[in-house]
Amino acid sequence: MNFEDLKKFFFKKPKNALEGTDESSSAQKPAEAAIPDKLAEKCEKCGKIILSDEMRDNFGVCPKCGHYKKLSARDRIAMCTDSFEELFQDESGKNILDFPGYAEKLEDLRAKTGEQDGAVCGAAVIGGVKCAVFSMDYRFMMGSMGHTVGEKITKAFEYATENGLPVVGFVLSGGARMQEGIVSLMQMAKTSAAVAKHSEAGLLYISVLTDPTTGGVSASFAFESDIIMAERGALIGFAGPRVIEQTIRQKLPEGFQRAEFLQKKGFVDLIVERKEMKEKLAALLKIHCTEADA
Amino acid sequence: MNAYEIVLKSREKGRPTAAKYIEKMVEGFIELHGDRRFSDDAAIIGGVGYIVGKPVTVIGIEKGEDTNSKIEHNFGCAHPEGYRKAVRLMKEAEKFHRPVLCLVDTSGAYCGIGAEERGQSEAIATAILDMIRLKTPTLSVIIGEGGSGGALGLSAADEVWITETSTYSVISPEGCASILWKDSGKVAQASECLKLTAQDLLELKAVERVVEEQGFSDAFFEGLKESIAAFFEGQKAIPADTLVEKRYARFRKF
Ligand SMILES: [Zn+2]
Repeated sequence: MNFEDLKKFFFKKPKNALEGTDESSSAQKPAEAAIPDKLAEKCEKCGKIILSDEMRDNFGVCPKCGHYKKLSARDRIAMCTDSFEELFQDESGKNILDFPGYAEKLEDLRAKTGEQDGAVCGAAVIGGVKCAVFSMDYRFMMGSMGHTVGEKITKAFEYATENGLPVVGFVLSGGARMQEGIVSLMQMAKTSAAVAKHSEAGLLYISVLTDPTTGGVSASFAFESDIIMAERGALIGFAGPRVIEQTIRQKLPEGFQRAEFLQKKGFVDLIVERKEMKEKLAALLKIHCTEADA
Repeated sequence: MNAYEIVLKSREKGRPTAAKYIEKMVEGFIELHGDRRFSDDAAIIGGVGYIVGKPVTVIGIEKGEDTNSKIEHNFGCAHPEGYRKAVRLMKEAEKFHRPVLCLVDTSGAYCGIGAEERGQSEAIATAILDMIRLKTPTLSVIIGEGGSGGALGLSAADEVWITETSTYSVISPEGCASILWKDSGKVAQASECLKLTAQDLLELKAVERVVEEQGFSDAFFEGLKESIAAFFEGQKAIPADTLVEKRYARFRKF
């Protein structure tokens, strides 16, 4: 990975503006705005002041404590691809159910993030292999899936199926977008159907589960891939830890629902460090593109 | 009835559960147990029988009637092994070209340590994926609560029907009120906003048919049974690949 290229893409906005993360225990308080933009930032875990350049060079991993800062959808794509051409960027949702306050919320987030919704999709090259990519954005209601997110991801799979391409999906989601009610739930079925069709065409799908992957998204395309890669330490589960604690009225053990726990239980193929993610994806894509009987 | 009254009605004690529907509508029902992986989840009951003389596979989420049976069936909150059992029975039905009827009644899939350890997400994801591509006719009827992913795991069907005081929702109104408004007192408002009643769902095209309950009389079960038999009869004429394509289109529209 070329560090200079990475710097160009990475962390244009060092301030962390986490949205209400309904189910994620890994949510941290936003860093205080006292630090000037672009020069330095405060690690959301250990609180130490880190030079933004140093943070960038380290793939958004705190050099002091090793904490993985959440990446925006585009930063993740920049980190893991050789090149990327965005598709379906005009997809934009509306307040389908006239849910109170939702239209204003969408407008506010669009202004803040410059994104239409919580997913970015397109055609990419990773390690020389062409693929379709989708990437979810924590800044947009913690990557929750409503119509727009579901539609873009479905289109990415349909595009890949038509063009005979593998799909690499960077998953990050607190779950369903409850302001879209049943339409949000139906996105689980819609995306699943598109994944199934892509798979029946004999094509590869790698899902990369990042922190957090929970709720409706975890119970659909996150766990329907040929290969499930997880980023070190990511929270992955159906129910959020707080919901489980309330249900069973006891504290959950340390490390419960983390990527390492899931691997031990048999639900994750491999765990990767952030800095090796692109290399690992490239290697897996290459093996799957090489004819075994050639 | 307003939306919140319907929510309460959908959970009411004494409302017929899946076992009652099977007793009233399915002749010669033989229950088949277990996921052949881990255990037999009593929250989901399944098996084979006849509806109006035609073989069917029936899979129902069972809440239990009295306290003891509620506990036995875990209040209709299934574990991963329940969804895996359901998929196993659906595949068996597919092999023998038998239609599949799902009866859905759950507040949601179970949230707990064991459920997470055994891959609740993966189990539901696989159930949706496999059901949506199943090469045999499928019908899901929501007979009480259609709670989120736990309900969808058995509802990726050719058509989804709902009885008139049942609900189908992405989240419980209680969950919605407390997460979104930090106010559990706003449950009634959340019930309205979520558009979870049978009529709302029909307008949103999330269900194809609303079934009148007629006080859950014998006439109700008789009528539903006849409708299901007629539906399957119609679906049988459709080639399996077309069936799967139509199902794709059904969910693609959202
Ligand atoms: Zn740190």
